Amino acid sequence: MTQLQINGQTKDVEGSDDIPLLWALRDELGMTGTKFGCGMAMCGACTVHMDGSAIRSCVTPISAVVGRAISTIEGMETDRVGQVVQQVWIENNVAQCGYCQAGQIMTAVSLLKTTPKPSEEQIDQAMSGNICRCGTYPRIRAAIQQAAGQLAQGAQL
Amino acid sequence: MTITSGLSRRVFLQGSLAALTLAVTAKGLVTAAWADDAAQKYGADSMPGGTVDDPLVFVSIAEDGTVTIVAHRAEMGTGVRTSLPMVVADEMEARWEQVKVVQAEADETRYGNQNVDGSRSVRHFLMPMRRVGAAARQMLEAAAAARWSVPVSEVKAVQHEVVHERTGRRFGYGELAVDAAKQPVPMVDALKLKAREDFRYIGKDRVRMVDLEAIGKGQAIYGMDKRLPGMVYAVVARPPVVGGKVRRFDASKALAVPGVIKVVEIPAMSGAPGFQPLGGIAVVARNTWAARQGRSALQIEWDDGANVSYDSSTYRQTLQAAARKAGKVVRNQGDVAKAWSKAPEAERLVAEYHVPHLAHASMEPPVATVQIKGDKVEAWTSIQNPIAARDAVAARLQLKPENVKVNVLLLGGGFGRKSKPDFVDEAAIVARAMPEATPVKLVWTREDDIQHDYLHTVSVERLEAAIDSRGQVSSWLHRSAAPTIASLFTEGAMGEQLFESAMSAINMPYLIPNVRVETAEVPAHARIGWFRSVANIPHAFAAQCFIAELAHRAGKDHRQFALDLIGPACQIDPGAMGDTWNYTESPERYPYDTGRLRGVINAACEGAGWGRTLPEGHGLGLAFCYSFLSYTAAVVEVAVDDQGAVRVLSVDMAIDCGPQINPERIRAQLEGGAIMGLSLAMSSEITFTNGRVVQSNFHDYEVLRHNASPRTIRTHLVNDDHNLPPGGVGEPPVPPVAPALCNAIFAATGKRVRSLPVRTVV
Repeated sequence: MTQLQINGQTKDVEGSDDIPLLWALRDELGMTGTKFGCGMAMCGACTVHMDGSAIRSCVTPISAVVGRAISTIEGMETDRVGQVVQQVWIENNVAQCGYCQAGQIMTAVSLLKTTPKPSEEQIDQAMSGNICRCGTYPRIRAAIQQAAGQLAQGAQL
Repeated sequence: MTITSGLSRRVFLQGSLAALTLAVTAKGLVTAAWADDAAQKYGADSMPGGTVDDPLVFVSIAEDGTVTIVAHRAEMGTGVRTSLPMVVADEMEARWEQVKVVQAEADETRYGNQNVDGSRSVRHFLMPMRRVGAAARQMLEAAAAARWSVPVSEVKAVQHEVVHERTGRRFGYGELAVDAAKQPVPMVDALKLKAREDFRYIGKDRVRMVDLEAIGKGQAIYGMDKRLPGMVYAVVARPPVVGGKVRRFDASKALAVPGVIKVVEIPAMSGAPGFQPLGGIAVVARNTWAARQGRSALQIEWDDGANVSYDSSTYRQTLQAAARKAGKVVRNQGDVAKAWSKAPEAERLVAEYHVPHLAHASMEPPVATVQIKGDKVEAWTSIQNPIAARDAVAARLQLKPENVKVNVLLLGGGFGRKSKPDFVDEAAIVARAMPEATPVKLVWTREDDIQHDYLHTVSVERLEAAIDSRGQVSSWLHRSAAPTIASLFTEGAMGEQLFESAMSAINMPYLIPNVRVETAEVPAHARIGWFRSVANIPHAFAAQCFIAELAHRAGKDHRQFALDLIGPACQIDPGAMGDTWNYTESPERYPYDTGRLRGVINAACEGAGWGRTLPEGHGLGLAFCYSFLSYTAAVVEVAVDDQGAVRVLSVDMAIDCGPQINPERIRAQLEGGAIMGLSLAMSSEITFTNGRVVQSNFHDYEVLRHNASPRTIRTHLVNDDHNLPPGGVGEPPVPPVAPALCNAIFAATGKRVRSLPVRTVV
């Protein structure tokens, strides 16, 4: 049994600790917001945060995250940046099928936390590990820029 | 209280004879059967289940006023789960805030056709859903009029209430629900559809996708997300070569992996692939990871079968050779040979184009959950064609189809892949081998998805044209060499069928006196399926690049040359071009309208500033296409650096799809189509060596990412004509993108790219 800290809660995962965090979340803990896309950190659908930084949960065994703070898409509703990003995703009607969007949002939130006013190149750099097969990239870019603007305004208030 | 009473369906249109058509289509004999059918049915009436427009099937009203509308078509990202219920809500004057959308299970008798494929959802169900909404509105009005004992002409439904205009009395929809359900359903000719100016949601962009918020919160449930108590997980080791089978295997090491529960053999397919599982060994475990680990530990000796010699580089030579000799003539007009022989050498142009196999690579790989309880089966899956899943499972388990319930969850993309139910069949096979009532979720890994897809075909297209002394094209020969989708259903089927040729090869409307289109008979060695926009991809790529080449040879501006080739606006009977298929639609309702084609070309060009002066190394390229009854054009601007690296700066996408029901989602499809078109043009390629797919995941099957995506995609919605029948939207954006890109590269560099994908220009 392995004990994890997920979205501020302690969760127990049975079985061996070499299971990737993705499958522990999805199959063992029933947290299906984090998606399986490739299994080799090539597509970003499985993105979660470890101590605030974006990681690919499909290649991260749970043994490597013991004692670390994990946040998933399910935890973004109580995250200040997460809330803003979720809202601009709606306002920009970003999603098509939507399957990759949890991962896109998690990467975007991580980007905005480290780089509150990202340049075009910084958006490219941060987001290019997240594939969207429906092709929502232009709206994701617009949404990130809008979120950055809103967060900057909020900071001034 | 909800409306649940029965209804005499005779007043509504039904497509009862359509099952025959599916059988015909499945055998790949579309041409002969449809051409010979004296009592031809078109469009939705030719589909299994046809259409249903019974309000009691689609609408129920609760006493609190909540209007529940059934979405009977699966959602894979186009927004149809929102758009069709929105049409109902608009016609019935329901307030969208009080509408709840529920997804239908697989039942085409009840709901009409559910095969979400071929860009048909709005095309076939716009009018039935309008009738559903109008009928519900009139039933509510009749109920209120009866309650007040006034003529129905004095009452009016307005935004979730029926109002007695003279007295100002009003009832909410919830108050009328019980009485409305008892009203007779209006006869179809008594329905009063809204006038266009009265639409509240249709064409208005006031409604967001119903799943939008849940998606952003990670709460939307896709096929991959189904969970049931006691569920086990399975992955399958499939034969690496299509048609191969397990010779022998040893599962002892797999069974020793912690968490692995069982190993199940899946029988090898036989004959034409159809929707059969490929066969192999399934590993069942307590979670997906353990199942994957178990699969890695399997020791399997494969019998590869005849397709082991399939090799993409030698097969390309086969295609090329076939494209260079006479094929089966599928359109012949004038005398191409004579015009060609008369043309001087300098006025002849020949070009060959190549498009490789493509994998769909939807972000959610195929996945299905199946639970068997006695003679009852329930499946939960993300599938474009739920009835095909039901029938496959019923056949596999030798049950009546009505004993199989298929629940349709959100699809994490489909693009044509998920209209094949092989993965649901696999889950049923594994569930059958497990203890009674064990739910089995069968997951395809990304490697499975890339290596065992129903691939987009591979093709060589040869074009030959002569230009006369006035710069006019005097002859046009288009010869396609590509394995056919018909090979999926008929073993050994060779050569493109009519439904493939009629995707941008034979149905070209240009003012050219001598035209011949031919198909070459080449065999398939892989599972060939339909990929978003299907044969339009290679045909439009070749023909649209070739027109640009001809324009250049003639010394003319490409846009003007294309408009001259198309000629003045007119309506052409597709049959006159040899296209008796026309995406199954009536040629009278859906003629080929060259004015609409001109319209999208002009819109895309004007949006992009066609003709403007560009910096060194930049180029604009144009291409256009008629597909799925809609007209599209793309203009791409590229910058090519001195290393040959291509950067797409902007794309202008124009569409005329007739009436625009959900313009915001049409724009989304144009944007996404531009990205998918650039993906296949610049990145993606599936190749075979020793009968095996070489690529395995996104590191070697590349798709466009953020950094390569154009920063600007401008969309142009043309026409919005509600007097026209609707065209498709999901697929049509894709075909013009790759040729527009390559034409832009030529404009930037003077170099022709005739083979996809374009990685660098050398």
